[in-house]
Amino acid sequence: MSKNGPLALCFNALVIGFMLAPLVVVCLVAFTPENTLSIPTTDFSLRWFKAVFAHPDFMTSFWNSVWLALAAASVSTCVAIPAGLAITRYQFAGRDALNALFLSPLIVPHLVLGVAILRLFSLIGATGSFFWLVLAHVVVVTPYVLRLVLAASAGMDRSCEQAALSLGASQSAVFRRVTLPMILPGVTGGWLLAFINSFDEVTMSIFVTSPATVTLPVRMYMYATESIDPLMAAVSALMVALTGGVMILLDRLYGLDKILVGSK
Amino acid sequence: MKLVARSTPWLLSAPAMLLFSSLLLLPLTLTAVLSFNVFDYNTGVKNIFTWAHYAAIFTDDYYFEIFWRTFWIAGLTTLICLLIGAPEAYVLSRMGDPWRTVFLLIVLAPLLVSVVVRAFGWSMLLGPRGLVNQVFAFIGMGPFKILYTEWAVVIALVHVMLPFMIIPIWTSLQKLDPGVENAALSLSASHFTTLRRIVLPQVLPGVLSGSLIVFGLSASAFAIPGLLGGRRLKMVATVVYDEYLHELNWPLGAALALILLLANLLVMLSYNRVLEGRYKKAMG
Amino acid sequence: MSFLTLTDVSKFYGPNCVVANMNLSVEKGEFVTLLGPSGCGKTTTLQMIAGFTEVSQGSITLDGRDITSTPPNSRGLGIVFQSYALFPHMTVFENVSFGLEMRRLDKAQRLERVSAALALVHLEDLAARYPRELSGGQKQRVALARALVIEPPVLLLDEPLSNLDAKLREEMQFELRQIQRKVGTTTIMVTHDQTEAMSICDRVVVMQAGHVTQVDVPYQLYENPQSKFISTFVGKANLMRAQQVHGGGAGAAVTSLSVNGVPFQCKAAELSSSTELMVSLRPEKISFVPLGQGQVDGRVSARFFLGSQWLYQVDTPMGVLQVACPNNDTAPLNEQDPTGLQWSPDSARVLS
Repeated sequence: MSKNGPLALCFNALVIGFMLAPLVVVCLVAFTPENTLSIPTTDFSLRWFKAVFAHPDFMTSFWNSVWLALAAASVSTCVAIPAGLAITRYQFAGRDALNALFLSPLIVPHLVLGVAILRLFSLIGATGSFFWLVLAHVVVVTPYVLRLVLAASAGMDRSCEQAALSLGASQSAVFRRVTLPMILPGVTGGWLLAFINSFDEVTMSIFVTSPATVTLPVRMYMYATESIDPLMAAVSALMVALTGGVMILLDRLYGLDKILVGSK
Repeated sequence: MKLVARSTPWLLSAPAMLLFSSLLLLPLTLTAVLSFNVFDYNTGVKNIFTWAHYAAIFTDDYYFEIFWRTFWIAGLTTLICLLIGAPEAYVLSRMGDPWRTVFLLIVLAPLLVSVVVRAFGWSMLLGPRGLVNQVFAFIGMGPFKILYTEWAVVIALVHVMLPFMIIPIWTSLQKLDPGVENAALSLSASHFTTLRRIVLPQVLPGVLSGSLIVFGLSASAFAIPGLLGGRRLKMVATVVYDEYLHELNWPLGAALALILLLANLLVMLSYNRVLEGRYKKAMG
Repeated sequence: MSFLTLTDVSKFYGPNCVVANMNLSVEKGEFVTLLGPSGCGKTTTLQMIAGFTEVSQGSITLDGRDITSTPPNSRGLGIVFQSYALFPHMTVFENVSFGLEMRRLDKAQRLERVSAALALVHLEDLAARYPRELSGGQKQRVALARALVIEPPVLLLDEPLSNLDAKLREEMQFELRQIQRKVGTTTIMVTHDQTEAMSICDRVVVMQAGHVTQVDVPYQLYENPQSKFISTFVGKANLMRAQQVHGGGAGAAVTSLSVNGVPFQCKAAELSSSTELMVSLRPEKISFVPLGQGQVDGRVSARFFLGSQWLYQVDTPMGVLQVACPNNDTAPLNEQDPTGLQWSPDSARVLS
């Protein structure tokens, strides 16, 4: 049913190529057997991947990022579900203000967030604390979960909850047996989106991480400003693979296009 | 009997409210206060009120240059994203499934990859012996210095920001009633006229929204100017980094950060105003 | 004593009165319908009986107990929602057994009662299916089974058939009636569809703008509508302005009036002193006779074939009259045919 002429399709191909170029290059260079950045043509080698796994700094920061992202996604989901239900279910003064507040991290530059939270940490002595780092990430990723919780809650047939009530269920039974299962796809999608956003986050993290809690993207940034070699490419390729895996999961569970563009 | 207690929504929102007040509102307030503190190179931050940092920012040529550079890079990025993103969104919307979803995902999926990886990829492509220069060499031109110039920053920013332009325009296009386009054609309008007078006005809110988002994000970008701009090419975000982590002049950095925040908020608010004014009346 | 009673029940949303002083008595085992156009307050009344909307004034009693303040999960009523509200993440069996789970019945008891409920609605084979795999009619039956399995004192139906297509709706109307008769549950249904209301229930409560305008058995409601609104909402009617004729004595078997100068007789009624009255005559009560032999002569201006009947529009000195004739072996009239019209004076009504 394509109504596009050949010119349009050419244009589209160029745009697609543009969007994929840096990612493809990174993945290719990661396999180079050379010592310098070059695209492997005949020989493909895993030496740089092995170097990554042998590099203690990268491995530590990788695990930091994983645990951080797991914790941040989980905490933000626990916080966003009740908040999202409150906003969609109840009419109360301040509802719009709260909605704006909880979504505001989307329009506050991460740079400003980083600087601001760094100030807070320095005053309360929280630099170096993994716990406080998690909370900082929770603030950044909560809007992503909240948006999906809001959409799921607004889109569900509320009369199912009324039906459950009429059949004798208590308020908590209604939540556990009816509401939560019905918004679960949105909640799961939100969790995954939060995970990936926390894992990827660099600008704020540069300010609020300490040598003990350095995350992978921050480590990569530091490394890239000092030396450029295929090790960086290998790490990048691994990150792309990880992201790809999460995207497939997201698509299976929720629908990737719905998450990226927004459900209708 | 009250079916639900008045306090229920507040209780439900309490955890989020606590989190956001202590880790968003409080830090921003502290930073605002910090920006008015005196900074001494020897003794550090002092709890004395001063306008000095703001004065410096608004009078010193150095900062003017930084803001100007940030402004025009963000503006150029927005323009290019518009010129590429709008047609691309339109082309995608006219495709049939499954290609439409596939290409849409390819264009949007890079959002989920860390900006460090993407910036690094561009640094490899745009280096003196990167792919782009190799292509130029092949046709007998160059090598051009792209890396560590404004162009590298713009190119990488466009790559990162394009999805943010495409999403709102795509959403606007999805809301279009296809019958309206056909109605125009049946009334003897050319394709071009239909685009210009029927499709474009309805897509304008999405275009506006995308442009403002891209501008705001580009102006506050950090990793891309940091990795692709080199040490001499500073934008506001990288200057803030310098002040904080190298100069240790936190108040100055805080002042810069706050100006950036206010600029962003202004941009978002102006979008709301324009939307409420012109389009809500017509489009509901 | 009535089983379910609403006494002076009112609902206000701010200054808006959505339901005004509603009084309703439903006997045990009765099938009552609340009928009216959108916005008349019928759904709000149902919601108040169910407990999802608070009563602003008045009280609701069930079997002697005041349930006005009882929360909805303690009232034990069976409800079928307009959207069916089936739990999408549960199978048909789990949906129907939910209410029994809340009542802490053990597995064996639940199995027995759910199977009986599904058999009642003829869905025994679909117990393992999910709602998304069911058709509209099947979903409606599951919703009914779920509401009936808990053996509620009252069954509430909120526009249960509005989402079904015409043919299915007709079938389900009769099935609904059969099931209700079989189980004997007191039932209150809300609908805007007058054929539905009249065909399956014992009594119809017509509502308009928050008020009850007439409560009657379907036949009486149709034959003796008490207002212009009801006569056109329930069935079709020819409405005409009539003037009183001097000399029509009280105590006569018929009341004499005139419509546009044409003598018009209708069923005996007390007339108010106003000179302008509204009379109503149903299209199916009029029959065609040769010119000059009926109450009035006219010319067919349009005709519509509706399958089981012909609907004619006839221009007469009294105005344009609609006439409905069954599609039997009599030859239908054509447009522009002149004809006489005749009806029994008992069929015509004065509206108050």
